[in-house]
Parts: sequence; C-alpha cells; structure tokens
Amino acid sequence: MTEKPFRLLPDVGSDNEHFWHGGADGELRFVRCQDCQVYVHPPSPVCPDCLSRNLRPEAVSGRARVHTYTLNHHPWIPGFEPPYLVAIVDIEEQEGLRLTTNLVGCEAEDVEIGMPVKVCFEEREEGIFIPLFEPDDR
Amino acid sequence: MSDGDSTLAEGKNLERQAAITGIGQSAVGRRLNADPLALTADACLEAIADAGLSRTDIDGVSTYPGAGISGAPGFTGAGTSDVQDMLRLKLNWFCGGPELPGQLGAVINACAAVATGLARHVLCFRTVWESTAQGTGRRAGIGTAGSGRFRASGFMQWTLPYGAASAAVWIAMMARRHFHEFGTTREQMAQIALNARRNAGLNPKAIYREPMDLDDYMAARMISEPFCLYDCDAPVDGSTAVIVSAVDAARDCRRPMLRVEAVGSALRGRPSWDQFDDLTTMALRDAASMLWERTDFSPADVDVAELYDGFSFIAMAWLEALGFCGKGESGPFIEGGEAIALDGEIPLNTHGGQLSAGRLHGFGLLHEAALQLWEAGGARQVPGQPRLAVAAAGGGPLGGCLLLHRED
Repeated sequence: MTEKPFRLLPDVGSDNEHFWHGGADGELRFVRCQDCQVYVHPPSPVCPDCLSRNLRPEAVSGRARVHTYTLNHHPWIPGFEPPYLVAIVDIEEQEGLRLTTNLVGCEAEDVEIGMPVKVCFEEREEGIFIPLFEPDDR
Repeated sequence: MSDGDSTLAEGKNLERQAAITGIGQSAVGRRLNADPLALTADACLEAIADAGLSRTDIDGVSTYPGAGISGAPGFTGAGTSDVQDMLRLKLNWFCGGPELPGQLGAVINACAAVATGLARHVLCFRTVWESTAQGTGRRAGIGTAGSGRFRASGFMQWTLPYGAASAAVWIAMMARRHFHEFGTTREQMAQIALNARRNAGLNPKAIYREPMDLDDYMAARMISEPFCLYDCDAPVDGSTAVIVSAVDAARDCRRPMLRVEAVGSALRGRPSWDQFDDLTTMALRDAASMLWERTDFSPADVDVAELYDGFSFIAMAWLEALGFCGKGESGPFIEGGEAIALDGEIPLNTHGGQLSAGRLHGFGLLHEAALQLWEAGGARQVPGQPRLAVAAAGGGPLGGCLLLHRED
C-alpha cells in the first residue's frame, strides 16, 4: 500500500490506549496479568484465569501466524476501498491470543493459513497507530 | 410439575411445559414501504387467531432485539411496548432485548415464562424492515462511515478499523478456517444456497424463486471470500409471530400443540466473534450440545430442520453441531444436495431459508418448523407426517435452538 487508506478509527481511552498508541514505540502491547503472566485481550481489569487485579500492558514480539483470513470484495465503508485482506492472527506468545487485522505487503493468492506474519504500524491522527501484519520471512 | 408425562428428571426440562400453539406472518418482501408496526400487527393478530385465542388471552410478550437499539437501518421494527400499546394488552410478563442466545432466545425466554407460571400465552415476534430502510436494497455495513469524527468503541473497535464491518466478513473467516481444516469446498457450500432456492420455488411467499444452478452460484460476485452473493441472506421487510403457551393452556387451543421438547441456550466459550475457541463451530456448538443434553431424542429422530442461514456456512455449522453429520463433515454430507432435500435424510430450510425466502431473522425458520409439523407446508410439505423438528438461529457468538414435538 503506497498511500494510507481512509480508516474508521477507535475511540481511545485509558482502557485501550496501550494498544492503539503502542505503535509510537514500535510495540504491540496487550494487558498482562503480573501474577500469572496471562495476556488478556480485549483488555479487562480482572485476570480471567486467577482473578488478580494486578494487570499491566506489556509488549509482545509482534510475531504471529495467520489463523484465518478473507479477501473482502464488498465496499462496506465508503472510502475504505476493496479488495483488501482481513485476517485473524494468532499472537505467538500465547495460544488463543488473537487479533483481527489487515494483511499487507502480500497478494491474496500468497496467503496461507499458518503463514508467519509480523506486526507493522500505520500511523494515523491523534497518535493512533493501527497494528497491521505483513509476511515474516523468519 | 403439573404435567405428569415428563420422562426426564423433574426440573431438568421445564421447557416441556411450553408449547407452540399459533403462528403468523405479515407480507414479506423487498421494499414493501409499509409501516413496520403495521407489519407487526398483521403477524401478531394472525398468530393469535391461528392459536384460536383472542388478544385478551395474551398475558406475555417477548421479542428480539427490542426497540431503541442501534444497528443497521431497519434492523428492528417494533419493541414490546409498541405491541402492548397497539393491541392494548394486559401483561403479566414481557421481555425484549438483544443480549440473548440468538434471535430465538426471545422464544426460549417465553418458554421459561410459561413454564414458571409467569404467563400463560406469550406473543413472541420479530419485525425487520431492512429492505425499505436501506433503500438501495444493498446490505448495510455495521457502524457506517461518516465524518472523520466517528470513533469505534466496544467490540467494533477491533474490527471497523480493518474494514471488517459486517458479520459477512467475520463469518467468511470462520468458513475459510473450516475449508482449511476439513477440506470443505465452495461447490459443497453451494448446496445450502441451491437447496434453499429449490424449496423457495415451492413457496409463494419466498423472495427469490427463479431456478438457480451451480454455474449461477459459482459465477456470482464475491462478497467476502469464500462467500459470494448467494451465500448471504436477503434483507427484507416482514414480521413473524409465534404464540408460546403453557401446556395446560395449550390444550384449549385450535391446533395440535407443538411441545417444546428441549431448548439449547448455552454459551460456554468466549462471547466473541474472533476470540471464540473454535471458529469452525462457533457458539452454536454449545447451544446444540445443550439441546441434546435435555432430551431422550437423538438427531436421527428429527424429521425436519430449519437452521439459520444468514450466511450459508452457518447452516453447515448447525448441521454439524446438532449431530446430523460429524464435526467437519458437513461438506461431504450436503454434497449433491440429496441429504438435505425435501425427501432427503434431513429436509433443510424447507421454505427457502433466509437465503431465498428472506432474512426474517430466525423467526421465519421457527414459523416454518411449526408449519411443517402441522402439515400445512403445501407444495413444500415434507412427506411422512413429520413429528419432530429443530428450529435454530444465530451464528458467531449467538446461538439458540428448540426441538419441537407434535405428540398427537
């Protein structure tokens, strides 16, 4: 993608700014339980495993694998023009930790489920960085 | 329990104290330009009369998703207050809202209400007018783009920035995962749409009745791969109503009662479109599993299945979840279409489903299940006096189902 497409942006507040602002430091961040180390997404004030309230944002490696994907052809949002690739990716650090995202830097015919990808960021207004994923040649 | 013929442990299956006693449906069509409340009145009054009741007998109202919620234009056409006031009903119990196990969760609530004595005859309805409200006839996205000031919150913040604005995109990814794990193909999935169209040809009220073959399907424009246009249901205007009665009160009704043998309302995984543990089954896995935990019947006993097909793949997932075929085996099971045809192993979506008979949002499927059990299906009636039917609605994190038994 050479130019930035129009995007609908998230409503950023204290509960989710770690995620949407993390790209400013090149980091993909999730809330993590400091007692049992589980990552929690979407963010929650309570650890779903041990019920601890001691949670804090932490960066992950940004490495992931494609869990599933679709090449979308329908123009759902005026200005966000198809075709584009939507994927759900499995974040490497924890089984079941997933994100819905766009795959960039690849053609639809080259995408495979299980394919390694890594995070990259698209800077938007108001300090928002949209985490996207591109093929990882590791 | 007042009813003595329960075969399961007392208290385990109180829904057996509930029965479907009447059904009604307004005109259904594309861009009817009708007042959604008038459509609602048509459906509700027809259902009350169908049960042999009058409006003074109705002491409960239940609906999904209720009035006053956001959503695609025309997503909701009336709430409980609208109907209560329009018909001047005197109610002992009422309930309407979106946070339910699928669209038929409103009917499951009604079963609970009559089983616990809170009401005797509950009017359940669902009204949509998406076709008129969306004007162009195209499916609307969720959370439409507008000025740069719009900001996505809640779950939508995780999807809208990525153009994943519709369940079509989310469910397409679930279908893709199923294709990957089990070798399912578009040619197999097509049978859900082709079967629906075949049955719609026998239903005068269906929206799309002209014949369609596999070539037509494969040539259709893609929406979100692997879904093409014919994998997506058709927004319509219309209202559907059913009466849920307490079994002792149902015996006075006009039609043979359809006992609610079991319901499924479970959601045991995460309530999420993308975090649910197994995207190939979706939450309806849990609802279907619960249904069979509550009855001595088994999938082989079912005569007709009306399974949600908001997108074709969802009906495949219901076929698997309800045990009509094994997990991951819906592709081979429906291949060629014979197993799900009107005279097949398990007749599916006998009126044309939402794909060809219109997106009446779950309630159309329940309406058809009752119609078939009352052998009022006309040209599309399944043969052999069906006695047991499943109606199921919902996909993604939404799922609810009912097993109806005509006992006479």
